[in-house]
This record gives sequence, C-alpha cells and structure tokens, in this order.
Amino acid sequence: MDRPSWVPSGVDVTRASVARVYDYYLGGSHNFASDRAFADEVLQVYPELTSICRDNRDYLRRAVLYLSARGIDQFLDLGSGIPTAGNVHEIAQAVNPLTRVVYVDHDPVAVTHSRELLNGNDRAMVMLDDLREPGRVLRDAVVLGGLDLTRPVAVLLVSVLHFVGDEHGPAELVAEYMAATAPGSYVVLSHARSDGQRDAAASEQVYGRSRSPNPMRFRSRAEIEALFGDLTVIDPGVVHLPQWRPELGEDADPAVGEDYPALAGAGRRD
Amino acid sequence: MTAEPLVILAGLPTPDQVAAAWTRAIARTSYTSMSRRTLRAHLQVLAGTLLDAVAADKFDPTDPYDVGVALVAAHFTQVAALQQTVIVLGEQLGNCPGAGGGRLTEMLGALTAGYARALRDRTLAEQERISAALFTARVAAEQARWNSEARFAAVFADSVIGIGVGDINGTILEVNRALCEMLGYTTEEFRQHPIWEFIHPDDSPGVWDQVKALLSGVADNVRLEKAYYRKDRAEIWTHLVLSLVRDPQGQPRFVVAMVENITERHRLQTRLAHQALHDPLTGLPNRTLFFDRLDAALAAAGPDQTVGVCYLDLDDFKAVNDTLGHDTGDALLRAVAQRLGSELARDGHLVARMGGDEFVVLVEHRNGIEHLERVAQTALDIVRRPVVLGGHQIVVSASVGIVQHNDTIASAAAELMQAADTTMYWAKAAGRDRYALFDAARHHGDVSRFALSARMPEALARGEFVVDYQPLVRLHDQQMIGVEALVRWQLPTGERLEPDRFIPLAEDTGLIVPLGRAVLAEACRQAAQWRATDPRMRLLMSVNLAARQVREPGLVADVVQILDDTGWPPELLQLELTESEFMGTTEGSLAVLRDLADIGIRIAIDDFGTGYSNLAYLRRLPVHALKLAGPFITRGTDGHDETDDVDLEIVTTVVRLAHILGLTVTAEAIETSAQLTRLLRLGCDTGQGWHFARAVPPEKIPSLVHARPWSSNPPSTR
Repeated sequence: MDRPSWVPSGVDVTRASVARVYDYYLGGSHNFASDRAFADEVLQVYPELTSICRDNRDYLRRAVLYLSARGIDQFLDLGSGIPTAGNVHEIAQAVNPLTRVVYVDHDPVAVTHSRELLNGNDRAMVMLDDLREPGRVLRDAVVLGGLDLTRPVAVLLVSVLHFVGDEHGPAELVAEYMAATAPGSYVVLSHARSDGQRDAAASEQVYGRSRSPNPMRFRSRAEIEALFGDLTVIDPGVVHLPQWRPELGEDADPAVGEDYPALAGAGRRD
Repeated sequence: MTAEPLVILAGLPTPDQVAAAWTRAIARTSYTSMSRRTLRAHLQVLAGTLLDAVAADKFDPTDPYDVGVALVAAHFTQVAALQQTVIVLGEQLGNCPGAGGGRLTEMLGALTAGYARALRDRTLAEQERISAALFTARVAAEQARWNSEARFAAVFADSVIGIGVGDINGTILEVNRALCEMLGYTTEEFRQHPIWEFIHPDDSPGVWDQVKALLSGVADNVRLEKAYYRKDRAEIWTHLVLSLVRDPQGQPRFVVAMVENITERHRLQTRLAHQALHDPLTGLPNRTLFFDRLDAALAAAGPDQTVGVCYLDLDDFKAVNDTLGHDTGDALLRAVAQRLGSELARDGHLVARMGGDEFVVLVEHRNGIEHLERVAQTALDIVRRPVVLGGHQIVVSASVGIVQHNDTIASAAAELMQAADTTMYWAKAAGRDRYALFDAARHHGDVSRFALSARMPEALARGEFVVDYQPLVRLHDQQMIGVEALVRWQLPTGERLEPDRFIPLAEDTGLIVPLGRAVLAEACRQAAQWRATDPRMRLLMSVNLAARQVREPGLVADVVQILDDTGWPPELLQLELTESEFMGTTEGSLAVLRDLADIGIRIAIDDFGTGYSNLAYLRRLPVHALKLAGPFITRGTDGHDETDDVDLEIVTTVVRLAHILGLTVTAEAIETSAQLTRLLRLGCDTGQGWHFARAVPPEKIPSLVHARPWSSNPPSTR
C-alpha cells in the first residue's frame, strides 16, 4: 500500500459498490441509485448475470454445508460483501452453533451494515480490510476474530478474485493465506471465466470503465486452476458453478452449457 | 412428475402436489438460501394453509395474507415469484370444490396484499439499514480522517523540520513554526512572498528548472541543497525536499516543501573543501586547486587568450632553515606567501604554493610575454623586501621561470609546469635573483638529455655501449704500441653517440661506475684476445677513468678482478684521469691511485694543459704518463710563421719537466705531419690522432699493427 494505513478511505455513495451491486442482483434493497444504475448497465449486456449470481450463492451454501459436515468450524470469508439471505454464519452455525466466522470486506458501508447484522452474535465478526494484505488480515482474524490457525480453517474466496488484478498476484495471495493455515484447511473459490460466454466477457468491459466499482479480470480455466497452486483440489475438481456437488434430485438444472461463465472448486491443504 | 392429472381428478390436490408445482414455478425466480428440498417442504406447509383456507366454510383472508408475507420472508423478493405463485395457485386450486364463488380470487387477493405489504416493509427496512450503515460508515470515515488530520496537524506543527505548503503558482499557503523560525519570517510574511523570491546567488543553475518541472507535474519530487537568506540577511543552508500533491484526476495541486537546516554540516563541508584545496601553512591555494584552475584556463585558452605561469623558488631557502631553524623558515614562507598572495592576487592572478619554497603564479586573461615579465619582476621585488623575524632581518631572493601555454608544443598542464620548473632552474643557473624565459630549443635539449640518461641503464643492460680503439704510436719509429679504448653508444635507431654526449650524463647519474667497469672489462678482454690470436700484439691498453669511479669504494678490487678474469697483465693497462679530475682528488682518491700503481698499472693524466696544474705537485702523484691536450698541441706545434713562441716554450718545458720526473709524454690529436715533426723534435714519446688513425672497431686493429699505414706519411722534414 502506498498510502499510510492511518489515512482513511473515503465513503463515496456516488460510486457503485461491488457489494451493493451484488445485493441488487440477489434481489436485495441494500443499494442506492448509483448501484442499481450500474447493475442495470451490466444486465443490458449480460442479462443472465442475475442467475449466475444465484448459482454462486447456492455454491457458497453447498460448500459451507459440505465443509461443516466434515468438521470445519472456522471460516474466513474474504470479500463477504452485503450480508443478504444465506450468509455463511447462518448456514454454518445451523449445522454447528460453535462455528466461528470472520468476514472481511474493504467496503466500509458493507462492513458497517454487516456489523449491525452480526450484533449479538459473538461467534461471527466483520473486519474492514483489504484481502490483498494477507499478513494483516490473518493477524487480525486471529487476534480480533478468534480464529485458531493451528486447527483447520476454510478460507472463502467466492466470486472475489476476479476483482484482483494480476499485478497483485492472486495465486500468491491464495498461497500466502493457505500457508498460514493448518493441514486439513480448505480454500473455497469461484471465479468468472474469460473463455466462457461472450456476453459474460462483455460485462468485464463494463466493469473496466472508469466509474465502475472495481475493474474485473476474467481468467481462463487454466488460470483459475492455477490459483489453487499445490493444494489438493477435491472432487469434482474445478467445475461449472452449479455442478460442484449439486444437491441430488431436486436441485437446479445441472444441464449447463460448456460455455458456462463461472468456475468453482475447493482445495485442501494436506 | 405425474401428480397433475391426479389433482384434477381428485378435485382437491394434496399440499404435497401443490408444493411440487409451486416449487418448480418459483424456485428460479429469486435467490433464497434454501435448497430445493427445503423449499418444497416450506411451500408444502404454505400450500396446506391455502388449501385449508379454500375449503373453509367461512373465508378468512388472514391466512393467505400471511402466506404472502412468508414468501417475502423466504426472500422471494423478485416480483416474478408473486406472478408465478398466482398462476400456479390458480391452476392448482381453480377446480377445487370451494374455489368457485370468488373464493379463489379472494384468497389470491389476500396473498398478494400480504406479499406486497411485506415486500414494501422489507424494502423500506433494507433501505433504512443500508442508509444507516452509510451514515455510520461516513461518520467513522470522518472520524478517522479527523484523527489522521489531527495527527498530521501535530506532525506539521511540532516538527523540527520546516514544512511549507504552496500552490502550483508558487504562493505559499501554510508554513509551520519550524520554518518560520528557520527563516525568520512570520506565516503572514511567508504568504506575501511567492517561492520565486527565495532566490539565492549560490543556487545551482538547475535548481529553479527542477522546481518548475515539479510545479508543471513533470516530476513528483525534487531533492536539493539550497541556501536561503533569512529575513535578517543571515545565510542558512538547507536540505530541501519538494513533493507534488495531485488532485484525484492527477492534476498538480499543491507542493509540500520539507526544509532541514544543514548550515552547520554545510559549514563543515565547506571548511573541509577549503582545507582540501589550500595549503595549511600559508593559506594559499594548494597544487590541487592550482591544477584545477590551470586545467580550466588551458581549456578556455586560445590564440587571443594566453595562459602564463611564473614558477618561483626561493634562493637558498635551505640555508635559512639550517641556520635560523625551521620555525623561522616557516615564518618566512608565511610572510612571503602573504605578500605574494595579497599583492599579486590584487591583479587577479592566482598565487599557489606548490610545496616547500616553491610558489606559482597563474596569469590569465592577459596577453604578451611583457606582462608575464612584469608579474615576475614584481614577484622578485616582493621577495627581495626584507622580512624581520625574531630580531633578524632576513633578505632572500628568488628565481622565476616564465612559461606561456603556447610556448610549449603540448598544452597539457603537467607539461607546462614541467617546462616552468626547468625554466626556473635556468634562472638559478644564470645566477639566481632573476627570471628566465622559457626557450623551446633549450628545453628540448634538457628533455632529450633527460630522456637519454633515463634510458642509459637499460642500454647498458642491452649491450648498446660498444668500444672502439684508437692506436697509440711511438713517435720515433712509428710503431703502434697501444690503443686507447673509447666507448660509443650505439642506439637502436642506428644513431651512434660520441662520449661527450653521454659521459657527462652518466657522471651525473652515477651510471658512469657500472659503465666504466663494463668498458674496462671489455677492453681488457679484447686486448687479451688480440694477444691470444697473435703473441706479437702486446699492446698497452689505455682506458679512461672518471673521478667518480675513483671515489667509488671497490674500484681496486674491481680492476684486480677484471685482470684476473681476462689474464691481462697490469703493466699493459693504463688508466687515464683528466687533469681537472686529478686536481680535485682527495687523499682517499690518491690512495686508490697509489694502490693501482702498486699493482703495476700505469696512471696517465689526460687532457694535460687544460687546467692549472701545479707542476710541482706532479712529483707527489702516482703518475706514469702525461697526455698533452689537443688544443695545446695545435697552438704550440702548428709549424706556421705565426707560431706562438710562448706556447711552444710551454710545451717544450712541460715535456722536459715530465721527462725529469720520469713520465712519458703522449701527444693527443696529432692531425698533420708538421705537428708530428715538431712533437718528435720536442721529445714527445708517443702520440695519437687522425694523422695516424681514428678510433676504429676492434677487428680493424690487428691489420693496423702490421701495416702501419701512417708510416707512408713520414714526418715532415721541417
């Protein structure tokens, strides 16, 4: 960071926020006119985005349930955004009330809102920080959030690394987070795909404009797979979002096209 | 799913059947955090409520209303969810027994109202929450900003470094207390003076260009050392860092200046720099500074802009040190330096001390040797003025060498100074207390002599010195009875130097000692070789000896060694010393000569007649032969009418005296048969000269011994 840490970031409601735009896509009203205007602009080039967002949220739920069932009771949710329906702590603590969750976001409004929501839940907390500073985030997650890094933890990077440019070394960030964890820890990751639908790539252009909340960097399948580094990618590997461990029988239509624009996977530290 | 036909047939569908269709219809309309299975179970409960409501005797809108509320609570917030719900329920419940008579419509109306109300409440609540979050976040950001500004304000106000903020026009907006104290202005006064007014004569040329580059956004920061005048005109030196602050669009907005007072450090550096360039004894510029200035002057010099140097050395300064002590010597140097510095520097000349008692005056921006001579004369006059030190009135003089840069072929400073140094020695040699002007030809001679003497050791090692031999002839029967060994220097260039070109240099440098030894060894070896080839060649080998060789310890041992090595008998070796060298001999040298004579070696006085020999003294010397000098022969024996009777008388007397003392007399430089005739008549024993033969290479000697070509030029009958 070029800027000294004691210089605060401002709150500018005239600029769309990634967190509030995502909330809008999920049907929430935690957003402002600027967010909705930007979100609608993206929808014009890529109307399916709303449904992709839901798939992503479903994937998050499935992944948290899967890991909770395997005894994971600590979650570090990086880029958590606006807590709308189906937050990590709600899902995980429904399985195991002792589960600890630390949310991290760099949007001060999202963090303030989350703080309100989590008021009274002493096993979930939110921190205003930048996931590109793993050292500081991990330290605060331990000291303030009560995570125990000597036991397995799940690091969630759901639909967030496509907002981290190559200049910040996303694969190195994943590696740095996981290096701090104990064996048996997981990373849960979903990411927009550059070799998918053409319309999806068009939304990358909209995000690339100057008034966008964050420029996006869509990545190819190979690039996304490379983000896992030397972690063991668990079954079914890096797959289309809806195909990651779908809930059998009645779940969403798993027949997605080969050009589905988002991939997901989970990697384990052995 | 095969449930639908069953529903129609049964009239009233089961809640499970309704839930299946309902789930299918709305699952994809909104995001909920439920899996399909959970959703279907959830909707099954709601469907049961609705079925009950349809079938009830009396319609109660409360339950369908709550179902609408429950849909929103499950996060079916997209309006499509309501739309699909109405369609599905219409299809599923339309054929129910109680559905007629408007019951279905009433029920859907209640559900829709409940949904709309709940969605409105939820939307308002979320809007309120996010607005509250925004407000809180803003307050927190403001607080953080205030904290950071408070911290910055504390840094700004209490910093020991001077800090100022200006706009890009150079107007000063804010300054801190340290800067006010550093420069002595109040904040208000600073604001009235744009930064351009803080100019200082010592500002390096690029300073303000750098500042302009910063203000225009070309550079983001500038570091420099700069002097300022305080308001009270005192000068301070600062280390200045200027940083550009840009607005969010990247346009230059402000300049922050951080100013550190480094006056003390600068003063120290200046003093060190002065010390590095000045002579500690006299305070004059030292040779480093002088050469810097000379280099610069030479670089700028041209045909219209000559550079001159007066190189001054005190005469006999060593005597002052030796007799009055070094403290007095130093005081004298200081006094002379002070006078030279103040009186010559007044005319813009640089006076430097080169070391010891040597000073140099650099004369620039003047033309003509006359001007340089005036400067030199002034310097000499200054030095001559008596200096009173500790009760002594000391009078010294100096010698000055004057050189102009275009006097010398090369214009490099070092060469110019070498020429000046040489020229100064000419002034010394010419009698001191004067100046000398550089003379290129003379300097060239000095330089080539220096080059020759520098090359001589190598030449000796490489065998460049060769020996020629000149026959020595017994006058009465014209028999060749010996040779004189004469050394030549055969340069690699092919040039051949006569001894007068290099023997004096060898005597100066001391190389005469090894050179003389080498010549002696070669001569003896050669003589022995001739005799070995032809036993009749029993020649006297006469070799020149320099006074310095005689003074050198070990000469006798060397000679003995050579005689041993070559097997040459000592009685056939003659060593020649010039008359002047004999006159300068000490008791020690005489002892050496006696030792040589005792071994059996003949000693000859060479060039006899050129000095002022005390003839009576000859008796006490271990001498066997006199060699009469060439001019003496020429003057005294040329058989012309104008023959100088006095000279002739002298030669006659010398020969007679020599014979009385038992010495043989050799006449040198016999060139004509007339001279030969005279000398024969005067009683000279032997002779050499062109009349007989010139010095020749050794291989020519045997034939001369036998052929005696000079006997065809018999002595004149006159």
